[in-house]
Amino acid sequence: MPAQSVKFYQVGSRAVGNRLLDAELRTEQSSADRRNSITSGHRACQGCGEALGARYVLDTAARVTGGRLVTVNATGCLEVFSTPYPESAWQVPWLHSLFANAASVASGVAAALEAQGRTDIRVLAQGGDGGTVDIGFACLSGMFERGDDVLFVCYDNEAYMNTGVQRSGATPAYARTATTEAVGPIPGSRPGQGKDLPRIAMAHEIPYVATATVAELRDLEAKVEKAMSMRGPRYLHVLVPCPLGWGSAPAETVRLARLAQRSGLFPVFEAEHGEVTSVLPIRDRIPVEEYLRPQRRYAHLFNDPPRTDLIERIQQIADRNVARYHLNPHEAPRETPLEISHEEGA
Amino acid sequence: MRRQLEGSRAIAETVARCRPGVIPAYPITPQTHIVEALGTMVRKGTLTSCRFLTVESEFAAMSAAIGASLTGSRVYTATSSQGLLYMTEAVFNAAGLGAPIVMTVANRAIGAPINIWNDQSDSMALRDSGWIQLHAPDNQAAADLHVLAFRLAEELSVPVMVCVDGFVLTHAFEPIDVPEQEIVDAVLPPYRPRQVLDPDAPVTIGAMVGPDAFTEVKYLADHALRSAPAVFERIAAEFADAVGAPQRRACCVQDYSTTGADTVVVALGSVTGTLRDVVDSVEGVGVLTVTMYRPFPAEQVRAALAGARRIVVLERALASGAGGIVTSDVRSALAGLDVPVHTVIAGLGGRPIGAASLRELLTRPGLGDVTFLDLREDVIDRELGREAVHETDRETAYETDREPVAERDGQPAIEFDREAAGEFDRELDSQPALEPAGEFDREPAGEPAGA
Ligand SMILES: Cc1ncc(C[n+]2csc(CCOP(=O)(O)OP(=O)(O)O)c2C)c(N)n1
Ligand code: SF4
Ligand SMILES: [Mg+2]
Repeated sequence: MPAQSVKFYQVGSRAVGNRLLDAELRTEQSSADRRNSITSGHRACQGCGEALGARYVLDTAARVTGGRLVTVNATGCLEVFSTPYPESAWQVPWLHSLFANAASVASGVAAALEAQGRTDIRVLAQGGDGGTVDIGFACLSGMFERGDDVLFVCYDNEAYMNTGVQRSGATPAYARTATTEAVGPIPGSRPGQGKDLPRIAMAHEIPYVATATVAELRDLEAKVEKAMSMRGPRYLHVLVPCPLGWGSAPAETVRLARLAQRSGLFPVFEAEHGEVTSVLPIRDRIPVEEYLRPQRRYAHLFNDPPRTDLIERIQQIADRNVARYHLNPHEAPRETPLEISHEEGA
Repeated sequence: MRRQLEGSRAIAETVARCRPGVIPAYPITPQTHIVEALGTMVRKGTLTSCRFLTVESEFAAMSAAIGASLTGSRVYTATSSQGLLYMTEAVFNAAGLGAPIVMTVANRAIGAPINIWNDQSDSMALRDSGWIQLHAPDNQAAADLHVLAFRLAEELSVPVMVCVDGFVLTHAFEPIDVPEQEIVDAVLPPYRPRQVLDPDAPVTIGAMVGPDAFTEVKYLADHALRSAPAVFERIAAEFADAVGAPQRRACCVQDYSTTGADTVVVALGSVTGTLRDVVDSVEGVGVLTVTMYRPFPAEQVRAALAGARRIVVLERALASGAGGIVTSDVRSALAGLDVPVHTVIAGLGGRPIGAASLRELLTRPGLGDVTFLDLREDVIDRELGREAVHETDRETAYETDREPVAERDGQPAIEFDREAAGEFDRELDSQPALEPAGEFDREPAGEPAGA
């Protein structure tokens, strides 16, 4: 699998910090005249990964489109913390209709722009994992299938956060939420991998699918830029840790996102027309335990005695991802992905 | 020029002359002929500058309609029955956002039991969604109302539903004059949106509004809606002038033989024709057709009914457990007047409303509070008789000294394990809050500091 080209990261990078880069290689955020598509002063929790991700996504999209951008937002934390009337954090045209319909509303926006001959204006829709993989899934799949000219961005914090941390279809195995408490023989969310929307999006053979995290912000910007250079339906899935729902320290958001990627639990890749075209390689893989431990939502796995059986199952999911996407250049590519038993109590 | 046309076809041609920019479409009988015709016009290039969007559900149809409308396009869609209910959340949302969408509702019953034929349960269920509702009494009006609907919607920035009885109108062939393009253009100028998504003047639409302002937002929306009757009649007069046909001038309510009438029948939609025929031969009965049902033109209804000694409201829907839906609107319009208002439930699920039955009904000496027209009493009696047998069973089912059901079947009874349940509760209570875990391993030293 071709590895992604090296990008220089802003913060926490093993490569080089912004200050040493040529101006044009620096992130949008380091520029004094960045777009500020979503201004500060909104009401996200401290350390909110979603707010961070949205800022990078929107500012990049606004820059590469020269500000010719219209956005549609699903109900969820991002919508709620950015627009408590009469305040609004948005400097771009922004429309919120419902929880489930952001993709369809965006299809309508794109159709109107096309009918008016204003296709220079681009459309970006965004929502949380619940608004994307669960309740908004039918609308999103329809938007993909019709070939509508929309970039849909999912900010995946792995649960319904805005309603108080309930399980969504994207909640990972054994994670504790308010509807999957850490009690009983199989504590936390059901064994499984969560609904894997990037792969489902790829099955639609749309022009572009990519995953990213808020740890690799330069990578995130590059993917938005690439997505906006294309037409048709495009999908970007961004892992955004949520201190409130994950039970993590606000200052740990970026590090947790990186650990998710480095453990193999969150594969970072790009795909075009249904085929993976590049991956972010993991050269220094960490055991999943290192990623799970700092999160209170997994605390029940580390009691006395620890649930090594369940940790092992999570490790298998990471191993399978590494095999499936050939994430580790030093591990021989595997023909058949690892099978993981998801039977209750297995 | 009048041509022999199917109602759906006439509606489609009229809508096309209104020059919509976006039409999201989803099939459901009996609405489908309308969007099929429009889709073909777009394909053939006879309807230009229009995107016909084949979406995956009615919920998506109304959602796309919202997006397109707020991007500054004139938007049309059509639905029926289950489809209208399936898009309900977005229907309310369109009104809340002030998106002047026009939608035809080809009225059809709601299941279960599934039934594709006409009644008005669908649009009645959404009568308080913040949309203007116009009900077409015949196919000429159905066509004309669509021109008025776009103008009304755009003038007030409120969405409009044009309700057309399914099959009875949508599938009937009649001589219909589709308003000429020049007339439509004269009545309906290009759409100028009140607020629009535009990078040159960015706005936030659909913000979260709290208790401090929500009431005011709703008050203002209601205020706009209440101005609809006057605006509608002004536009209708303008349209009738342009067409040069005073008889095609629509009104919020239309009376027929009500002067000096003892009884006035209030009705919506296509039953108007039959009713007018009937009252021609029944002494002292008039008809009041309600064309604008939402907002409810209470003053006009009151004025039209003031002289009557008996009101009969013919309803093509039923508020289960309560009675007539339009009846309650009529009753509150008549508040303080001492006049009995009777409900007649008729034509549910496509049952024809025949002239003979109506004539018998209107000449019946005493009319109850709620009457079901042409109810098959034999079926009801038989079923209620069978129910009575089970009633004793139902009464004894909750007696405490009965044996547990499972045991009666020779199986051990299922017992509630209080001990285990308590255990579970205790375990749940002992969970710590979801605050950050204790051990935050720092990044290895030497990591570049945050910018
Ligand atoms: C139809 C509907 N069902 C439920 C809700 C309640 N609701 C609002 S936001 C939300 C959770 C959003 O979760 P997600 O999409 O993952 O976004 P997050 O808040 O986690 O960023 C829910 C369940 C709603 N607004 N509408
Ligand atoms: S609950 Fe989570 S996603 Fe929502 S604002 Fe707080 S940190 Fe962000
Ligand atoms: Mg979420």
